[in-house]
Amino acid sequence: MAVTVKVMPRPEPGRSSYLRAALKGMGLTFRHLVNPRKVTLQYPEEQPDLSPRWRGTHRMEVHADGRPKCVACGLCPTVCPANCIRLVGGEDDQGNRYPIVYEIDEFRCIFCGMCQEVCPVEAIHVGVHLENAEFSRDRFVYDLDRLMEQEHSTTLLWDPSDRKSE
Amino acid sequence: MTDLAPGVFLISSTLKVTAVFTVLMIAVAYTTFAERRVSAWIQDRMGPNRVGPFGLLQPIADGIKNILKDETLPGTASKAFFVLGPMLSVMPALVLFAVIPFAAPLPTPWGTIPMIVADVPIGILYILALSSLGVYGLVLGGWASNNKYAFLGGLRASAQMVSYEVALGLSLVAVLMLAGNVTLTEVVFQQQRLQFWFLFPLSLAFILFVISAFAVTNRLPFDMPEAKSELVTSYHTEYSAMKFSMFFIAEYAHLITQSALMATLFLGGWDIPFWRGDDAFYRNGAWIRGFDAGGVPIAADLAWWKTLLTLGMFALKTGFFVLVFIWVRWTLPRFRYDQVIQLGWKIMLPTALAYVMAIGGAILVLDTVGVPFGPLYGLLLTAVSLVATGIFVFWLDRDRIIGGASHPARRRLPKRMPAGLGPQAKAGEVEPGAAERGEAEGEEKRLLAGSSAGRLTP
Repeated sequence: MAVTVKVMPRPEPGRSSYLRAALKGMGLTFRHLVNPRKVTLQYPEEQPDLSPRWRGTHRMEVHADGRPKCVACGLCPTVCPANCIRLVGGEDDQGNRYPIVYEIDEFRCIFCGMCQEVCPVEAIHVGVHLENAEFSRDRFVYDLDRLMEQEHSTTLLWDPSDRKSE
Repeated sequence: MTDLAPGVFLISSTLKVTAVFTVLMIAVAYTTFAERRVSAWIQDRMGPNRVGPFGLLQPIADGIKNILKDETLPGTASKAFFVLGPMLSVMPALVLFAVIPFAAPLPTPWGTIPMIVADVPIGILYILALSSLGVYGLVLGGWASNNKYAFLGGLRASAQMVSYEVALGLSLVAVLMLAGNVTLTEVVFQQQRLQFWFLFPLSLAFILFVISAFAVTNRLPFDMPEAKSELVTSYHTEYSAMKFSMFFIAEYAHLITQSALMATLFLGGWDIPFWRGDDAFYRNGAWIRGFDAGGVPIAADLAWWKTLLTLGMFALKTGFFVLVFIWVRWTLPRFRYDQVIQLGWKIMLPTALAYVMAIGGAILVLDTVGVPFGPLYGLLLTAVSLVATGIFVFWLDRDRIIGGASHPARRRLPKRMPAGLGPQAKAGEVEPGAAERGEAEGEEKRLLAGSSAGRLTP
């Protein structure tokens, strides 16, 4: 959108008003005063509507048998711009790779969502989640179990053909 | 003033002082609450609604918080004056309420008790004296803080107070002339006799008083001394906890007192409109409610329920003004400093003086012709006042308040400008307006500019 400048002319001598303008303003504020529609969200009782593309704290998808979907490919710690993911991969008897250690430091995370985008098996996700307060700092390093326990819905990825996620 | 027995007088006065002080302090607390709620509603928010039902216990929570907070004392502050500041600002605001009658007199088995803390015969003078005392607290607090913002705020407070006390006092002169006395009980009684609130026969005085009241209570659009965006919070920048709270209490107590004053002086005080049964005034040892055609006093008809009703009426009128104060604060932006001073000295003062002359003349004519003090008298004065108000408002509303330095109407620079300061001082350049005003004047200006340039450069 082009930036435009609207030049407001100064009032001509004898044309500027204070009282009429002030009374007009008083009328406007009075209409807002009696208007019952308020914008305040009564937060703990009323929850905000988060966008389906809201990027909050992470969760790890799990298989039906309870194993994490992660295959420890190492793409997410590589792509992470904040370097907040620590992954140590392992291999079981059948040659399936799985994460031995998977930790995300939610303090370092910048919630860019690139881990979710890069994941080949759709295991790690950022989530639609807001309330993540804790009583100590070390609680903000989410380990694998914690990530698997999260229950909030996962973030919808941006689809270029559907710009407004409709 | 009244013929109460000394014991009854002592006890009733003690009770009244306690009651008025308590009610005033509670009213102050709830005015802060009302301010927060109303400002929220105006801004489409909800305001504090968590503490107690509808947030009604919020002021108590605030009070507890302020008492429990740590009090800091800036190392470079002048300690004695720093502590004195808040005290000095809160006291006059509370003491001011003593002379305001707040209800019809209460008949008791021990005599009729006037519903006023101190019915002093110098009511309005007392108000003028004490209401300007409040600013000393701000100035002292600001100066003693040893902080540049606080200091500027204190200076602004004093300048503004000096400018607007004049107009405030002069608008009261009109009330005094019509009431014929400085006692506030008599002012109320004369409004009852006139059957006209002074708002109508003295409409211009009312407008001037309201504007001045905004200025002396440091409320927006006159909150120059506080000016949060320019001076942090100016005079109470360095104050914390209860000392800060004192300034806050003072500000709101002042607000309530000024509202009560406006109600008393211009809205008939505790008088209930269109009903003469509540009128009462103490005169020559008897409570009267007016005079009959022959000038014989009629005894007042007092009852406890009338006292209650009039008390409610007084609270209603005061509350209305408090709401208007809040409403205006959340509507109008702050004036610039020069606009405040210009409004005070170049508009309010001459207008108040002219109005005092006009209304004095009108009263003199009415008295000389022999119009009896009653509704007709009030109607005629109202007509005179309405004309004056109309002229004033029409004149004021054209370029008088806003505008200022960069406004085209005021862009004419002073004639004698040192070289290099004014646009017309540039050599050989004639400003656009000079052509209309004649070549001769432009020539003179160039000469002036040249000569001053010669003087300035060694």
